[in-house]
Amino acid sequence: MEQVVNLAPIGLGLIIIGLGIGIGSIGKSAMESIGRQPEAASKIQTAMIIAAALIEGAGLFAIVISYLLGS
Amino acid sequence: MLVSKTIKYWLITAFALLLTGQIHASSNTESSSEERFNPVDLIMHHVGDSHSWSIIHNDQFDLTLPLPIILVHDGRISVFSSSAFGHGEKIVNNGNYYYKLHHEKIYLTDEKGILQLNEQHLPTNQQPLDFSITRNVASMWLSIILLLTLFGISAQRYKHNMLSRPRGVQSFLEPIILFVRDDIAYKMIEPSKADRYLPFLLTMFFFIFINNLIGLIPFFPGGSNLTGNISLTLALALFTFIVTNINGTKSYWTHIFNPPGIPGWVKILIIPVEIIGLFTKPFALLIRLFANITAGHIIILCLISLIFIMKTIYFAPVSILLSVFMSTLELLVALLQAFIFTLLSALYIGMAVQQHEHHPESAH
Repeated sequence: MEQVVNLAPIGLGLIIIGLGIGIGSIGKSAMESIGRQPEAASKIQTAMIIAAALIEGAGLFAIVISYLLGS
Repeated sequence: MLVSKTIKYWLITAFALLLTGQIHASSNTESSSEERFNPVDLIMHHVGDSHSWSIIHNDQFDLTLPLPIILVHDGRISVFSSSAFGHGEKIVNNGNYYYKLHHEKIYLTDEKGILQLNEQHLPTNQQPLDFSITRNVASMWLSIILLLTLFGISAQRYKHNMLSRPRGVQSFLEPIILFVRDDIAYKMIEPSKADRYLPFLLTMFFFIFINNLIGLIPFFPGGSNLTGNISLTLALALFTFIVTNINGTKSYWTHIFNPPGIPGWVKILIIPVEIIGLFTKPFALLIRLFANITAGHIIILCLISLIFIMKTIYFAPVSILLSVFMSTLELLVALLQAFIFTLLSALYIGMAVQQHEHHPESAH
């Protein structure tokens, strides 16, 4: 009897690691920039959200694909 | 002082309602599946679409709002109420055909209602074209009525006394409209052109926002996972795609099909990437909204399901505290996702309508 192992959860875990590093470093840099230049906070926030959303988009592609292949 | 106290009471009441509703929504499954609780079925039932709108459903009491079912098969339209299916066990005879509901999908069967299942336990019976008014469609109409009422009232006020200070719902909407205009439209699109796209962006923002919020209400008029439905987000992203590409200027298309200042052999690589990029932008929009909202619903339902997985009431406080936390986070996500969808739509439109100044000496 052959055992079918679903590797999708491992793929999802790897995606989350990548997303976490990416969005985390964006947040870190944004915090540092706001600390350095508090008057530009709103501009930095908007740019941060756009960058985070774009990374999240790439991550969600991977999540959807691993979900579709895994099920 | 008085105002903040009132707000505090409202918040407490809202949270109490939120929690009772959620617990009620999931407690009914306990009695129906006593042998082994399966959280996946419960969650998929709540997250997915449905042909009837269940308000309260337990052993003693069953209150379900039947919704119309519209099927097209062989060029004939058949319309009947979803209550004819019962809870999926009854076979409906309409015209010459027999219909059966199986996991929220309608199949054609014979008069005994036998479904041929393949090895994945999926029926292989023919399916009629389904144009039914499902729970999600009904919920969408509700949100449309709500939006039209709110904006109708405030538009009337602006029409009659333009210069008086905002009152009631008007003073709630005006800052949000100004926020969308100043922080999204004018920042991402050239201000001289932004006004043309402002109605589209405002419609997108408020439609997504109000449907995200309605999805967070756990009891009857809410609770449907509309913005977490991939067909709806596909339609919304398609609007952005069409608006972006119809309004694309000459320089926008030149940058896609013949990017200036790039050697010829690189163009062979760049042009396909640019063409794929046309489609991945709206695709990312649709997946982002769908995944974020669905994930939020699944997490809250998982936390509530934990009580039934652990089979002890003493786990309830942990579960409730965690779901209060998640519900609060979801309120933020509801606003943030509406904001991001509108912001990125505005960014794409802004990129398409931008006039590039072409300096032949400075290649960019």
